[in-house]
Amino acid sequence: MDKSPEIPESPKNPMFAPESVPLIPPRYRLQWEEAQQSHVLLYPEGMIKLSQTAAEILKRIDGRCSVGELVADLERAFPGADLRGDVLEFLEAGHASGWIQVRV
Amino acid sequence: MPADGFKSASKPLWLLAELTYRCPLHCVYCSNPVDYTRHRSELSTDSWMRVFREARALGAVQLGLSGGEPLLRPDLEELVTEAHRLKFYSNLITSGVGLDEERLTRLKAAGLDHVQLSFQDSTRELNDFLNHTRTFDLKLRVALALKRHGYPVVLNVVLHRYNLDHIDTILEMAERLEVEYLELANTQYYGWAFLNRTHLIPARDQLVRAEAATQRFRERVGNRIKVYWVVSDYYEERPKPCMNGWGSVFIAVTADGLALPCHQARSLPGLVFPNVQDYPLEWIWNESPAFNRFRGFDWMREPCVSCPERFKDYGGCRCQAHLLSGDAAAADPVCSLSPHHGRVLEALRSKETSDTARALLFRTDENSRKYAKDSNGER
Ligand code: SF4
Ligand code: SF4
Repeated sequence: MDKSPEIPESPKNPMFAPESVPLIPPRYRLQWEEAQQSHVLLYPEGMIKLSQTAAEILKRIDGRCSVGELVADLERAFPGADLRGDVLEFLEAGHASGWIQVRV
Repeated sequence: MPADGFKSASKPLWLLAELTYRCPLHCVYCSNPVDYTRHRSELSTDSWMRVFREARALGAVQLGLSGGEPLLRPDLEELVTEAHRLKFYSNLITSGVGLDEERLTRLKAAGLDHVQLSFQDSTRELNDFLNHTRTFDLKLRVALALKRHGYPVVLNVVLHRYNLDHIDTILEMAERLEVEYLELANTQYYGWAFLNRTHLIPARDQLVRAEAATQRFRERVGNRIKVYWVVSDYYEERPKPCMNGWGSVFIAVTADGLALPCHQARSLPGLVFPNVQDYPLEWIWNESPAFNRFRGFDWMREPCVSCPERFKDYGGCRCQAHLLSGDAAAADPVCSLSPHHGRVLEALRSKETSDTARALLFRTDENSRKYAKDSNGER
């Protein structure tokens, strides 16, 4: 879609520590789209088509579970992978674009 | 029809449902057809629900409920309920008139996802002048009520010569109303805006100042308010990639049921747009001659057909090509490579003689009947 934002580079000052709790603001909606065979994140006037990894991370963001728990859960689901770096990078990018916040 | 791989690959993502052409406002740049008074019939609730289901099956996921004023449809809540059931992400595009507490509550319960509320200006005087009603205070009340009900809000303001210099107070208003999105849409010259073009075209320095102010605002507010700036394409050297290409991601369905690849396309001569009451949307999208007419790149001529930029802008807007050159298959005259680019420059110059042009025309039934003939591109 024409208004999808570019994912900016991660900021220099990281927002997310292992104990921070990420949150998806209510105006964003994650859903599976059969026609596109992928998960998408819907929001006013736009949509982001998600990679499988991105969808796996977003599905686990419920406003209660911390970054540390999230990484642990992902590593249980995908054994053998070291996902911490990828998750943090994704969270920072999502935060910079506004579709992930930190629970305060 | 020419075949190319690009065609079968595309799926619609957006459905714009223009539920009615009726509207209590009279905006001078209204994007409804100038001859809307000729198209009074409206689709039934059942027909709309079928259109929603068919569009969803094709892949559409964003739904705009627009008009006219969509709140004039008493079945709006029913339609939103069905859209929600189908997992559309739904947007009510409204002037705010008719959005009282009761309807806000009912629409929320029906699953409406967000609301785009239009203001004509940040001052009562100009807002109420441009839409020819007393609605400024009502719009402010609606904006506050929307936040109370927890809706994400897109504030939409169409920009032109009369309000570009109010940009600072427009930005302040968005911040005060705590909206999540602000759409600053420079006027696109179709329909009523085309008739009022000499009045509405701004000076270049107005645009430059307003865009700079908008940029400073963006830097200050960050993610708190996402600001979209829709450019004034007459001042550009290259056209907009209209609808991301014809029949590529977008379907509009008019109040009376015509399916269009762009909501201005109704005015294009020589094309027969199918009615959703006669054909399934699947056929309309994939097979209909109208949706295939300008799909892909095979229809292009020089200078577009050999231009490397055609993959980026698709040759611009077909409706604008028709309006300004008389030929819908020409390059969009906004492009400086178009042999008709002079028409755009001429229009920019003509703004200085607007004193002698005809009076500003409000969107009214009377004017619609009187000036309908001009909407077909009479210049
Ligand atoms: S632009 Fe103004 S007059 Fe036209 S439909 Fe919208 S609110 Fe009504
Ligand atoms: S010539 Fe056609 S394709 Fe090339 S930039 Fe101009 S409008 Fe776009």
